[in-house]
Amino acid sequence: MAEFTLPANSKIREGVTWPAPEGAGTVKAFRVYRYDPDSGETPRLDTFHLDLDDTGPMVLDALLKIKSDVDPTLTLRRSCREGICGSCAMNIDGVNTLACLRAISDSRGAVTVYPLPHRPVIKDLVPDLSQPYAQHAAIQPWLKTDSPTPPDHERLQSPEDRAMLDGLWECILCFCCQTACPSYWWSEERYLGPAVLLQAYRWLADSRDEYTGERLDELDDPFRLYRCHTIMNCTNTCPKGLNPGQAIGHIKRMLVERRD
Amino acid sequence: MTSMRSPMARARGLGSAKDGTTHWWSQRLSALALVPLVVWFVASMVAMAGADYVAVQAWIGSPLVAGLLVLLIATVFYHAHLGLQVVVEDYVHHEATKFAAIIAIKALAIVLSLTGVLAVLSILFGA
Repeated sequence: MAEFTLPANSKIREGVTWPAPEGAGTVKAFRVYRYDPDSGETPRLDTFHLDLDDTGPMVLDALLKIKSDVDPTLTLRRSCREGICGSCAMNIDGVNTLACLRAISDSRGAVTVYPLPHRPVIKDLVPDLSQPYAQHAAIQPWLKTDSPTPPDHERLQSPEDRAMLDGLWECILCFCCQTACPSYWWSEERYLGPAVLLQAYRWLADSRDEYTGERLDELDDPFRLYRCHTIMNCTNTCPKGLNPGQAIGHIKRMLVERRD
Repeated sequence: MTSMRSPMARARGLGSAKDGTTHWWSQRLSALALVPLVVWFVASMVAMAGADYVAVQAWIGSPLVAGLLVLLIATVFYHAHLGLQVVVEDYVHHEATKFAAIIAIKALAIVLSLTGVLAVLSILFGA
């Protein structure tokens, strides 16, 4: 049944406050979620005051500044710092986005940084994404064919068929949408979630794939697909401007189309 | 709980039910049917505001009106039970409780829709 009280590890206490460096110009506060499950302590919210005149423009710059100059124990994932790897997905001011694409100046007051919601936390801003990764692998996100590869050329696709993949291939699997979906929060064991369903549609929409029917069979399920209630948090939050809600709608349409 | 299982085993679970489209599509179609039926019903009620018992009884006694009322009642409860089932599946994760709640919703929908339909028919055929 529904639980009406938060578990202990979801109750967040006030943490350490770090003052701005000596002679700082423009000072900005960063409220950052800290949690180390191994410590036995409950999560806390640390406040870091940074000199913006000595910090890069993006939230990721600020987090790396904190890690290198203030508190090296701050733990986060990051790699490309240009919105293509999807590593630094986190919840900033209540919105799931990529820290590298989010400007500090977008926050009026303090910048609040939490990990992606409703995932187990490994440490600080690092969520455990092994379940969505497994769900993604379970939809077999690769080209499946019976026809042998032509010996002398690629599998051809018309420009129109290729255009069907636009808005799908750009997904970087950061799981901002997945973890923003209330339906995924309630039914994560059985609902595939918006990121995985967008990828599922990416292969359904691929003119070269020969397993469309089998893929649809695997999705035709009250939970795997139909937990989507078009809440559209996914589309609102996608840092790449994609539309998982629409992709899910296309899957539903394909399932209706193949009926009698 | 099942933390010893691999994430892939959990993701695959019991496999696809290979069903779910029927439920979703029925919900959409019944919603579509309810648009004209509800508009007709509300408009009729407004038009009959202040009418006495005999006038309303005579109105329901017409085969066309009785037919539309039966359709409206059946569609309302069909659509409602489909929707309520989804709500229960969303929020109730205890299997036995979920099963009991869904059965109760279906039973309630059947009883209420039968009550409504029989009331209309009893006016149509006699009373």
